[in-house]
Amino acid sequence: MTVSKAETLPIRSGGDVVRVRQRVRALAVEIGLGLVDQTKIVTAASELARNTLDYGGGGDVRAEIVQNGARKGLRLTFEDTGPGIADIEQAMTDHYTSGGGLGLGLGGAKRLSNEFHIASTPGMGTRVTIARWK
Amino acid sequence: MERIPILKLGGVLIVTIQVDMHDHLALALEEDLTAMIVRTGARGVLIEISALEIVDSFIGRMLVSIAAIARVLDAETVVAGMRPAVAITLVELGLELTGIRTALNVERGMALIQARLSEEDGHGSDRDGLES
Amino acid sequence: MTMDGAGVLERTLAEDEVTILDAWIASLRDGTSLRSGRIREAELRTQAKTVLGLLREALAGGGLDADAEGFASIRETLADISRSRAIQGFTPTDTANFVFSLKERVFEALVKTHGTDAQGLAAGTWAASKVLDRLGLQTMEVFLASREEVIGRQGQEIAELSTPVVRLWDGILALPLIGTLDSARTGVVMENLLQAIVDEEAEIAIIDITGVPTVDTLVAQHLLKTVAAARLMGADCIVSGIRPQIAQTMVHLGVELNVVSKATLADAFAVALRRTGRKVVRQQAPAEERR
Repeated sequence: MTVSKAETLPIRSGGDVVRVRQRVRALAVEIGLGLVDQTKIVTAASELARNTLDYGGGGDVRAEIVQNGARKGLRLTFEDTGPGIADIEQAMTDHYTSGGGLGLGLGGAKRLSNEFHIASTPGMGTRVTIARWK
Repeated sequence: MERIPILKLGGVLIVTIQVDMHDHLALALEEDLTAMIVRTGARGVLIEISALEIVDSFIGRMLVSIAAIARVLDAETVVAGMRPAVAITLVELGLELTGIRTALNVERGMALIQARLSEEDGHGSDRDGLES
Repeated sequence: MTMDGAGVLERTLAEDEVTILDAWIASLRDGTSLRSGRIREAELRTQAKTVLGLLREALAGGGLDADAEGFASIRETLADISRSRAIQGFTPTDTANFVFSLKERVFEALVKTHGTDAQGLAAGTWAASKVLDRLGLQTMEVFLASREEVIGRQGQEIAELSTPVVRLWDGILALPLIGTLDSARTGVVMENLLQAIVDEEAEIAIIDITGVPTVDTLVAQHLLKTVAAARLMGADCIVSGIRPQIAQTMVHLGVELNVVSKATLADAFAVALRRTGRKVVRQQAPAEERR
């Protein structure tokens, strides 16, 4: 798998969440994702960016255009240095929330992506990677 | 601060969401609509979202709570004009906006609210009739 | 490597070309490729002869690096062969064996020509292994890439050919589903239907599943998702043509089907007409009586 383009965006405010959405949309268009797939990855990005901001105390996202053989994809890695998640399995459950949200963030983002990976250390932070393939 | 304008037409409040919503913009809209329903005694709220490119769980939650608040204040909420890609994504996300009535466009949405109101009025509502 | 493996190999191939070729074709014949009738012996012989010739040329050019420039033409030829095999539906084993079965025959020839020369035999064997293994792997890579291409194209064709959305009346659409529903196809179906709802300003969409052979958990979920998405847009769905065993599957899934369902498309259409405030009436007198 090769990375043909990469950029990092900060997530420090509500405005940044909107900017992340717009950038992800542009990259999704660039690799030729269909309208529905664009909407799915942008929505997933919005969920994860908000998690990074609200629960992780801010962080950043690395957006990469990746190529695997003939397939192009968009990979997003959200990283924060917040409190982390002690029980990932529980956090992935729908309607579980630690912050008054609807609790669809992680599970929802997973359903909207082709690939989903989460790593978290309590006290150190959380890293969530998603990818959507063309 | 930037706010989303709310129009009043008859007894119905109409909101067209045209921008990529900041979270605080969404919260402000919820506040403004609540205040406006009380002030005008509106019986219907129509939220038009055909310009929205995504509805994530935050905006979805805002729509659900506006509808719930409006219901408490005896007003009917209709969300109109959701795009196909947005609808598919919302379903995949697991958010089905329970309790919200939907319509294909503003016209249908208005018809839905009017039908509901005239039905209620026809059955002798104990409230003052629809101002128009 | 002091001994010139490439040279040993090249000389052996030149001296013993006919024997190697015959033995190679004999082992290919034993493979399933010929028996399955996908390829004729004459064609196989031509391919084998060409490959063997090109291999000799490449070795004469020096070097054992099958990725190098000197091996370009044999690589291309092998790529062509495996591409055509992928399309003809050969198994991966058959395709890989085309190159790998040559190895055994070359070893036999090497034993014959260098049986007493241990160093030469070792060098030649090593050279043959190195080159043929690499070429075999390349053959497989091309084969797999071609298969993926074929599968991708077929998938696309199926998705495109699938599902027309039919307008039954003002504001009433029908989506007759025929064939198996998988995730990819449901995605396309869902998108087509929702777009048609927007384009036609439809209030009601009838999804007819008379032509769907099985409805498993996943399909039922896809169906429900489509209905839910249409509802979010402000259109109602009616599911029609649910056969008895499908009804059972749905019930056993424990999914509450929050959607009106009717046995036939005609019933569903009648409901749709009624809901949109229409009524079908028979003309007062049949045409013959009026005469």
